[in-house]
Amino acid sequence: MRGKWSAAVVLGLTAALTTGCTLVGGGSDDSAASTVTLVTHDSWAAPQQVLDAFQQQTGIKIDVIKKGDAGALTNSLVLTKANPIGDVAYGVDSTFASRALGEGVFDSYTSPEADRGPQRYAVDSEHRLSAVDLGDVCLNVDTNWFAQKGIPAPTGYDDLTDPQYKDLLVVENPATSSPGLAFLLGTIAKYGEQGWQGYWQKLKDNGVKSDSGWEEAYSQDFSGSSGNGPRPIVVSYASSPAAEIGADGKPRTKALLDTCYRQVEYAGVLAGTKQPDKAHKVIDFLLSQQFQATVADNMYVYPARQGVDLPKGWAEAAPLPQSSASLPGDQVQAGRERWIGQWRSLLGQ
Amino acid sequence: MALVARPVSRAGLGLLALVPLGFLVVFFAWPVLAILKRGFVGNGVLTALAQGETWRLAWFTVAQAAGSTAIAVVGGMPLAFVLARVRLPGVGLMRTLVLVPFVLPTVVVGLAFRALWPDGGVLSIVLANAFFNVAVVARTVAGLWSHLDSRAEDAARALGASRWRAFRSVTLPALLPAITSAAAVVFLFCATSFGVVLVLGGARLRTLETEIYLRTENLLDLTGAAALSLVQIAAVLAALLLGAAARRRREIALKLRARGETARKPVKGEWWVVAAAIAVVGLLLTPIVALLIRSVSTEDGWSLAGYRALSSTGNAGTLQISGWGSAVNSLITATDATVLALVIGVSAAVLVVTLRRAPGRVPHGLAETMDAALMLPLGVSAVTVGFGYLVTLDALPGDLRTSPLLVPLAQALVIIPLIVRMVLPVLRSIDDRLRQAAATLGSGPLRVWREIDVPLAIRSVVAAAGFGYVVALGEFGATSFLARPQTPTLPVAIASLIGRPGQLNNQMAYAACALLMLVTAAAVVVIDRFGSGRVGEF
Repeated sequence: MRGKWSAAVVLGLTAALTTGCTLVGGGSDDSAASTVTLVTHDSWAAPQQVLDAFQQQTGIKIDVIKKGDAGALTNSLVLTKANPIGDVAYGVDSTFASRALGEGVFDSYTSPEADRGPQRYAVDSEHRLSAVDLGDVCLNVDTNWFAQKGIPAPTGYDDLTDPQYKDLLVVENPATSSPGLAFLLGTIAKYGEQGWQGYWQKLKDNGVKSDSGWEEAYSQDFSGSSGNGPRPIVVSYASSPAAEIGADGKPRTKALLDTCYRQVEYAGVLAGTKQPDKAHKVIDFLLSQQFQATVADNMYVYPARQGVDLPKGWAEAAPLPQSSASLPGDQVQAGRERWIGQWRSLLGQ
Repeated sequence: MALVARPVSRAGLGLLALVPLGFLVVFFAWPVLAILKRGFVGNGVLTALAQGETWRLAWFTVAQAAGSTAIAVVGGMPLAFVLARVRLPGVGLMRTLVLVPFVLPTVVVGLAFRALWPDGGVLSIVLANAFFNVAVVARTVAGLWSHLDSRAEDAARALGASRWRAFRSVTLPALLPAITSAAAVVFLFCATSFGVVLVLGGARLRTLETEIYLRTENLLDLTGAAALSLVQIAAVLAALLLGAAARRRREIALKLRARGETARKPVKGEWWVVAAAIAVVGLLLTPIVALLIRSVSTEDGWSLAGYRALSSTGNAGTLQISGWGSAVNSLITATDATVLALVIGVSAAVLVVTLRRAPGRVPHGLAETMDAALMLPLGVSAVTVGFGYLVTLDALPGDLRTSPLLVPLAQALVIIPLIVRMVLPVLRSIDDRLRQAAATLGSGPLRVWREIDVPLAIRSVVAAAGFGYVVALGEFGATSFLARPQTPTLPVAIASLIGRPGQLNNQMAYAACALLMLVTAAAVVVIDRFGSGRVGEF
């Protein structure tokens, strides 16, 4: 098509679509002025009444757009940084933070709420990201299975290479799964860039199984969830046992707190937003007591704010791990693709 | 020829072309090219193309898709025969049941196949993809078959041909356009299948599609993704051109008849075919029954808790709206997508047919090229289109990148090729002599369309709409990337439920699958009725 042609087509079509379509949800201008768009990941969940209360207080309606997992979200933000699709983003985690910061996706903002706990997880001297919550990835074990077999449950990484735990472990592929990647990073933090491959070789010899995604590993191959699978050790989250409390009120599974890798999830103001003041208010809200009190129940993560009570039952079933490992963001950024490649060839995947 | 219908003017052709081509350029070609262009920095693409790994992926992609297509055709043919030619109680139910697998989210089907057959490897991928697509073959072929004049076959039998011989030399050649059409669609679906390969391939088996996803979504390696996308598009185009060549040689004007005249009770050897069809339905139902069992089982026995929770927003607000609300959203979105796709798909089909009927005034081969180009959206990764939207659509007035309108638009993109594939064979097989007769009697081109083509093709249009509707109901790839949490569709809600720990969430996910199947079956029944029960072109 020649230039004139395509321009005409684009114009004609857009005119037809924007005028003739009943679907366009754009309201009038005065309502658009008080809407802040929050770009987030698929796991976002928040009680409507908390969002409504925020709207009552501030007059700001939060419009949520989900963009895949943390990786897909970060990449969407990078691709649209010249003309952002929202005002605030939440869900870029410690694994992807350095990419987002390096690409200049976020503007600086220090929330007055940040000194209530979130500052402990700061990654950036310019305060472009505020920590909202922590999602620790740890091994989970099916306590009943081990009790029935009369074998002690493993407690740390080294136990998994013991022949008595042969063929009992299922993990996720770090190339396709974020908990899978977190677990790999945990082993690198533990055994070092030189030693992790030796450790994984032992895991392979001891019959580790790897799945593409958390769903298959946890709800199908793991014996402690509703799938009743064959393997009693799985890579999942520190919070998962809170969802596996039986009719007797006792958790059926347990997280091994010495095998945790900490992923912090951040929120930030998108560079180029036309309403920075309102965007700041949304960040304050995400760090506020009201919102922080909802994250455990709704998203299975731990609040970054201090002094926020965890839901009933979490203290016993899913306490916050006290000694989680983590690697510096730039080391992850530099090594991730190489490590995944090495992991794939090592496991013959 | 002395009796040529008065030609459609060039201006008329141009206007007709504007709708489908304009849509495809703006919502497909432009975004895809823009994202590919970002990958072309330095000579990274050439380096990636030179890697043996790339070609291994391409080979595996094509091989598994070909395997699935073959199985879907073999499994779909007996069903097509029963749907088209057999009058027995239960055939109507079969028509509906066959389509149900089509809408299930791939991750759920993947899990079901893993449960039934752990470590099935390549074979389970091939079977799962075939499971999704048997319906395409069964309903497309049955559509043509039920309108075939059976007298030619009867004549062959009277002349002493065996039943099998008569089928092979008379019926099969007449059915080939529908079979190749269906096979092309199935091949494309399988070549770009993502969830099935991911779940069943573990971490070992990978296709171009899964690799494009990883490169784009997780690594933002647009260069690697661009190289793989080029290979994917080339492979898809090659397959399409092969299919088009096969079709071109076989298209003959058929005598179409009403279905009622051709269906009867099966006799002798035909019972074997009926038995085969029942076996296929049984196989299709196996994973479905497994899903239903999952939806009511808990650690402590049977329970309907999952279904009860569906009417709420699930466990601690997993979903922003209830399961029923998602079902309503799915229906609304699918309706929008289908209407949009019908307008564009039918005008595209009419355009291709008109071009073929106007030899000498348009460049040779233009119709075939257009035909193949219309299929391309099925052969391009949803993530490529999704990220392409992000980098282009803000240039349009109204910044559509985050508009709820994008979901039906993206779904329509997937449905348009299907509508074209279903309407085109029927339009083409309309006997041109009818048209010439009408023209001789003084009808203008529009009048000829109204009196001849529209009445004969309308059934296939209704049927294609129904098929498109089902595809839209089950679409996940593009929808998950574009849907808004306030308005999730059922497949998106299922995916978010299945991604959470806890028995209740799991049960709810499977209960939501049951709801999705129910909604689909109801929609199919309504559409089949709407097509006056004798249509069933899809």
